[in-house]
Amino acid sequence: MNSNSDAQTSTVVSLPNLSSAAARPAGDDESLLRLRGIDKHFGPVQALYQVDLDLPAAQVTALCGDNGAGKSVLTKCIAGIHQPDHGEIFWEGRRVHIRGPRDASSFGIEIVYQDLALADNLDIVQNMFLGRERVQRMFLDEDSMERAAAETLKSLRVTTVRSIRQPVGSLSGGQRQAVAVARAVMWNSKLVILDEPTAALGVAQTQMVLDLVRRLKDHGLAVMVITHNLNDVFEVADRIAVLQLGRKVAEGVVSEFDRQSVVDFMTTGRSDR
Amino acid sequence: MAKADDAMITGAVGPEPGEIEDTTDLPAAAAAVVPAELVADSLRQYARARLAKTLSGDSGALPVILALVIISVAFEIWTQGLFLSPGNLVNLFIESMVFMTLGMAEIFVLLLGEIDLSAGYVLAVGAAITGILVQKPGPDWPWWLAVAFALVCCGATGAVWGTLVSRLHLPSFVVTLAGLLVMWGVMLVILGNAGGVSVASSVLPNQHVLYQIVNGNIPPLAGWIALAAIGALLGGLIWTRESGRRRRGLVAPPPGVTAVKIAFFVAAGIAVVAICNANRGALTRVVEGVPWVVPIVFVVLLVWILLLQRTRFGRYVYAIGGNPDAARRAGINLAAVRTWGFVLAAVTAGFSGVLYLSWQGGTSTNVNGGQYVLYGVAAAVIGGTSLFGGRGKIAQAVLGGLVIGAIYNGLYLQGVQVQWQLIATGVVLIGAVLVDTLSRRGTLSGSSTRI
Repeated sequence: MNSNSDAQTSTVVSLPNLSSAAARPAGDDESLLRLRGIDKHFGPVQALYQVDLDLPAAQVTALCGDNGAGKSVLTKCIAGIHQPDHGEIFWEGRRVHIRGPRDASSFGIEIVYQDLALADNLDIVQNMFLGRERVQRMFLDEDSMERAAAETLKSLRVTTVRSIRQPVGSLSGGQRQAVAVARAVMWNSKLVILDEPTAALGVAQTQMVLDLVRRLKDHGLAVMVITHNLNDVFEVADRIAVLQLGRKVAEGVVSEFDRQSVVDFMTTGRSDR
Repeated sequence: MAKADDAMITGAVGPEPGEIEDTTDLPAAAAAVVPAELVADSLRQYARARLAKTLSGDSGALPVILALVIISVAFEIWTQGLFLSPGNLVNLFIESMVFMTLGMAEIFVLLLGEIDLSAGYVLAVGAAITGILVQKPGPDWPWWLAVAFALVCCGATGAVWGTLVSRLHLPSFVVTLAGLLVMWGVMLVILGNAGGVSVASSVLPNQHVLYQIVNGNIPPLAGWIALAAIGALLGGLIWTRESGRRRRGLVAPPPGVTAVKIAFFVAAGIAVVAICNANRGALTRVVEGVPWVVPIVFVVLLVWILLLQRTRFGRYVYAIGGNPDAARRAGINLAAVRTWGFVLAAVTAGFSGVLYLSWQGGTSTNVNGGQYVLYGVAAAVIGGTSLFGGRGKIAQAVLGGLVIGAIYNGLYLQGVQVQWQLIATGVVLIGAVLVDTLSRRGTLSGSSTRI
């Protein structure tokens, strides 16, 4: 399979400023991010009840759930956009409070939203550095930004773009996703959360994005993929967590699940299989 | 696999064998949407890529240049050789300077996806303030202080519109429409009962300096020397930068393209200086040399290009015009950037007011700010700036301003009445928007091939 050879070469190339933690085992207390007993309500609506979740490094965790299950609220609690009402968040074993998006990125948490947040009129380099441009004596340091962006894309083996200076509007859906992911991993990040990364993509481009997700894992990053596409889940995930109506109803390594059981958990909250 | 890792993505790298191919990235599609100078390795390839882009509908600056040529030839025939005479061309340059600078002012806000309808009367207020302050008897300020004060006042009005638009989220169309009326009134108040001021006195030094901006000429020899110096400096800078980027393996056009680009600019400079240095005086009076306004506007143009293309602020202007949500999530302070966009637009409009004052040797309550602002927007749009934000370059105002100036000038030469000038300008404006829209529809992604 193509992904196996990818995995071998990718470990040779290292991301800039990224310590490889590829070999770390995934135990509960070893997890990069641990959520314990997260509660969140909006007025009378209880969005999350007592949610526990572990995101270990160098593993892909799929977060599944039907619409309204609380996936976005949970993501926003990790991103610092919402503050949980109760519960504890542990980052690298220490209890932390994530008070805003800035806190999240200072820990090394980056989120790729579904709409990707790319400016179509700017080129790939400009988008990857948007808001964090390198400046030399007042003026933009284009050379160093272009080199760093090229290196990151190369280490993720995103090689189908014709030129790193072409406007993002001229890229295909899969390439846009790749640029958004590359932007997320450039900043010393340790956890990347992808929101429905394949929702709008065709078959070939979905493959390209899933390969990219595997490469992130090979670089030692913790990856959480939010999706209800079960094909993606079983192709790329190491672990699965299922939310149903604000409760976490299942969590475990992927071999404990099959398609039907995930669907059962998503819809009814339990599975007999 | 080592081969794949060696492949630089900065070059034109096709998909590696065995790698998942992105099926939408067909060569033809890519040729149409990727800037030609990014995919070419030689001048010949560049020309081919450029041609492919033009055929697919994205024609860049070509339609404007073509329009300029057609207009020039038509007027040259119609006026029996008067239009392209040196004397008239210099007039045309001078008239176009006001349209160009107003176009630059509009581009700042158009890039943000906004519009500034007040710019015409900001011009009028800038001219009135500057004019009043150098009157004697009267305030009798030094000319530079009067200009600086006028620009600060204009900038302050821009700050007001910008704050209303960015902090209170009022639509810029309405805010600046109100601004148009307010500034019209302010201009009438400033000029008072006299109805106008003159700066054409040759004995008052402060008025004389202002008057000479447009009406004074650089001695011909000095003009050539200055052109040589500027050409060598800018040409050298562009060449060093692009060849340096090529050497370091970064994206840069092939050497031939760089050389052609520099040669084109130098040729344009030589043409302008040669035309201006020809004697355009009547009978025995010798009038020759480049008007001071030409290098002054050129310097303003360079500063604005630097600001928009090479600084964070400029990058953020484009980002906000392209995708405000992306800009917000990237941590950009949208309100501040938008407000500054309006401030810079108003300062540039005030600057064109100073040029207007100098050109006319004074100003009066008859300044038609409503018409000027529309010419400014037209100059920007004809040049190729999008009305929807994020696409456009400040230099496009130069070509657009020349087109407006040429129509204005040619019809005036023929003694065509003002109503026909208005109609002709309107037709050209619609033509420009039509070309822009059609070319955008022709490109595959439907977005941003001309940034």
